[in-house]
Amino acid sequence: MDEIIEILSGIHPEIDYETEDALIDKRIFDSFDIVTLVGELTDNYDIEIGPEELIPENFNSAAGIYALVTRLMEE
Amino acid sequence: MITNILEYLEDAALAFPSKTAYADENYGITYGELESTAVKIGSGLLKCLMPNTGRAPVMIYMEKSPACIAAFMGVLESGNFYVPVDIEMPGQRVGSIIENLKPALIICDEDRLPETEKIALQRVRVISYEELSGADEDKKTLEEIRSRHIDTDPAYAIYTSGSTGVPKGVIVSHRSLIDYAEHFSLAAGFKADDIAGNQVPFHFDASLIDIYCTLKNGGTMVIIPVRLFSVPAKLLEFMEERRITIIRWVPSALNMVAAFKALKLTRPSTLREIIFGAEAMPTKCFNYWKSYYPEAVFIQIYGPTEITGVCTYYVVDRDFDDTETIPIGKHLKNSGVFLLDENDRLITEDSPGVQGEICVRGSGLANGYINSPEITEKVFTQNPLNGSFPERIYRTGDLAFYNEKKELVFASRKDFQIKHMGHRIELGEIEAAALSHPGMKSAICLFDEEKNKIILVYVSDTLDDINILGYLKERIPRYMIPNIFKRIEEMPLTSGGKTDRVRLRESILGRK
Repeated sequence: MDEIIEILSGIHPEIDYETEDALIDKRIFDSFDIVTLVGELTDNYDIEIGPEELIPENFNSAAGIYALVTRLMEE
Repeated sequence: MITNILEYLEDAALAFPSKTAYADENYGITYGELESTAVKIGSGLLKCLMPNTGRAPVMIYMEKSPACIAAFMGVLESGNFYVPVDIEMPGQRVGSIIENLKPALIICDEDRLPETEKIALQRVRVISYEELSGADEDKKTLEEIRSRHIDTDPAYAIYTSGSTGVPKGVIVSHRSLIDYAEHFSLAAGFKADDIAGNQVPFHFDASLIDIYCTLKNGGTMVIIPVRLFSVPAKLLEFMEERRITIIRWVPSALNMVAAFKALKLTRPSTLREIIFGAEAMPTKCFNYWKSYYPEAVFIQIYGPTEITGVCTYYVVDRDFDDTETIPIGKHLKNSGVFLLDENDRLITEDSPGVQGEICVRGSGLANGYINSPEITEKVFTQNPLNGSFPERIYRTGDLAFYNEKKELVFASRKDFQIKHMGHRIELGEIEAAALSHPGMKSAICLFDEEKNKIILVYVSDTLDDINILGYLKERIPRYMIPNIFKRIEEMPLTSGGKTDRVRLRESILGRK
């Protein structure tokens, strides 16, 4: 989880990722941030994130992203 | 001959009174409703602007919506020109625009009234859209105003980034806008049954295609919700549901879909034309879209705000491999486009690879920058190739060359202007905002083209990245906020004592 927060902080350092749960809904992360984030996750965890995974539930919070990465690493 | 852009509205309202003109996900306005609302707003403005001499700027501070377009048309009905300003822009920057623009009035959404009045500092009257659109019609006075109107009167102004830290307002006439809509509609083959899927904000001139090609041809424009551009699968479902036929998007938005190979989930079936521009199009992204739409028309467009948004276009007519650059094509019928070298000599199509500055002449040229005669004179200059009579050209600051096929290809900028997420940004404006902090000793902005990131390199004894980020967020728009902050001990200097940008760039990016 700390690693995920470190990656997110590299994109938007001002956000408190322990509490923020609407990164997409509040448009804190725009399309360019999402492309950057998915690139970082793909490289760091050797996973493939398909378009069907790009839904707000998976990307609204650090916890959601952590759960997504964990699931994809297990698959 | 059409002399006022509103004639398109009147023609469409006559031909298609009950057809949806502009819509968002919740609401749509028909051509008939749009015309009558515009007349009401125009009539309401007559009472607010006493005396209404016309040709005055009216700032539109509204959320992107069909109502916002009715406000644009209403301002034009009153003989004045509209100036759309981003509601997400920090209050300080809006304040500096108000100071430069000196608007006669500000129109905002009703629920934004207190906030807008605060920004206007009681120097400018603020009125809600809801109040104006309920005004009694005064067609007689509006007709009198129209009879005094000429086609070179301003239609709108759009603010762009300014290198000194103050945004510049580009004023564009009805003539430029009409010619643009006429010629680009022809070039792109817009039709009455087209449904344009709008991505671009209205305070950005790239939206002119969506708004005015739709209006001219009696088509329909659907505003795609911004949040969908972060979730490509939902975005494509929305496009399919709304039967979108034409999109004019910035390449960053197209790339979002390509990066996640989202078209394999949903391929909007009615899409027939894809127009892109405002920043470099990654050819890999183009090839991805082309592979799903082999029969669609793809058009790359080029043109700064100062020439009404488009002066060249290229209908992609051959295959490109991922490493090739797609040309910016040939000029629109109302724009003469040519390259000048450093000594103002013409570079011809017979000199492939030789770079020069793109210069433009023709009816697309803006009237100039509002309340900024010095900057206007600097970039709108006499055509050096014409010694016989006065002829204005616009020096774009963009460098280009002709390829072996005699097609124009964009190369780079002459200065520190960049295109990021489709937005035109002067790095100097970010530097000026950072340097306005008393704790900032030195600040230089770099742009990493490979990673598409803005980097702020700074020297300060007291500030850290978070302090600066918070400070900048109150002063510059979101799309201008640096992606990376680098604090260094001191700036490298040239022998002349100036910041050595070349050495700085090498040390930060590892390349020139």
